[in-house]
Amino acid sequence: METVNKIRVLVAKPGLDGHDKGAKIVALALRDAGMEVIYSGLHQTLDQIMSTAVQESVDVIGLSIMSGAHLPICEKLTAMIKEQGLDNVHLVVGGVIPNQDVQVLRKMGVAAVFPGGTSFDTIVSGINGLFQ
Amino acid sequence: MPEKVPDIQPDPPVQIQQILDGDVMAGARLIRCIEAGDPAAAKMLGQLYPHAGNAFVIGITGPPGAGKSTLISALITMFRKKNFTVGVVAVDPSSHKTGGAVLGDRVRMQAHAGDKGVFIRSMAARGAAGGLARAAQDTCLVLDAMGYDIIIVEPVGSGQADLKITTLVHSLGLVAIPGTGDGIQAVKAGLLEAADIFIVNKDDLPGAGSEMMTLEHLVQQRTLEPDTWHPPVASTCARTGEGVEQLADLFLDHRQFMKDNQVLEKIQTAQAGDYFTILVRQMVMDRIDPWIDRQVGAFLDTAAQQAEVAADPYRAARELADRLTRSLGEPGSVDREGE
Repeated sequence: METVNKIRVLVAKPGLDGHDKGAKIVALALRDAGMEVIYSGLHQTLDQIMSTAVQESVDVIGLSIMSGAHLPICEKLTAMIKEQGLDNVHLVVGGVIPNQDVQVLRKMGVAAVFPGGTSFDTIVSGINGLFQ
Repeated sequence: MPEKVPDIQPDPPVQIQQILDGDVMAGARLIRCIEAGDPAAAKMLGQLYPHAGNAFVIGITGPPGAGKSTLISALITMFRKKNFTVGVVAVDPSSHKTGGAVLGDRVRMQAHAGDKGVFIRSMAARGAAGGLARAAQDTCLVLDAMGYDIIIVEPVGSGQADLKITTLVHSLGLVAIPGTGDGIQAVKAGLLEAADIFIVNKDDLPGAGSEMMTLEHLVQQRTLEPDTWHPPVASTCARTGEGVEQLADLFLDHRQFMKDNQVLEKIQTAQAGDYFTILVRQMVMDRIDPWIDRQVGAFLDTAAQQAEVAADPYRAARELADRLTRSLGEPGSVDREGE
């Protein structure tokens, strides 16, 4: 039996924006980096994201947000992660994120922020870096 | 490959009682440990085993794009209406190049993500033959012990040569799409013989009628003993939900039929035997595989033996295999092909 432990990442798009090309491409890049990516698709509620993360026992929740609602979404989700005791789950966020919000997100407890234009290498090494 | 991987040891460790109580987080973590090959998880499976055996395990197989995931989602809705709880194990392929995977079956089933009576787990095949991740069988055991009434297994889309699934499921549905099979496809041996229910999905596409007729002919031509289950051919449109209620009832009918005719216990006993064989073979192979690599590596270390291989690889392999199995103390146990 292949007993290799792999990083499991949930890639999800919360809320209403309907562009998932970026999320899908990042999912492929993470797969190519040897990770197991659970892709949940568009229009996910935070409850759906949480229950998916629990059922799939992921190590990372990766959100793609282009609606501008990254601050309230991440604030709620970091609180939910804490509330449910998912201490080992890291939240990372990509999409349309203005520079001035990166530090705000990090302070909230978002483990890494990958604004549009971030290279795949940076994303992959950023996620790998969470486990070193 | 990442150099470091997440710590799989749950903290605090998963307790048997949590699994039996249906604790979702504990169940999910145990499955994670099983996938990672944690020995403690394997021990726990042994403790869970006496508590399992109550779930009805359904397999949904068929070629990629047949609509298996969408159909499973619609089946979940129907089974939930009938007050059954449902567990799902959806297997997708792993990349041979990187070992990574994108597990996308869940996209079609996300409508059930908030339902406490539904547990969906995606799984990467990680190179296991037969389209079914090796951990899938153990995951079913966990879901069974957690108390899910019905477990649906979706192997990697194939439709043929996916027979490993028959050591796991009680009832197997084979999904076909109109216009993709001709008579020859239908008489090929394999899964078609193993299916308990044939499903023509996307029945709004042209050719649905003839697809159903082909399959019905096939069923009629199968040698069926009296008092055995005659596989029905169902027609569904998973996207609209049409025909799915009837399909759910067919699966439940099949279960009732197996119970009434004492077939279910027989199947379960046979499957337990098959799985025991799989476990033993896997454990032996796990020990032997790296040993073979070392032996072959040592053999190829000299130029003379490399020349032997270059001249006649068949003969060199036969001689090395003979020598290796002799050193295992079991001469003659190897199939001596060509001698």
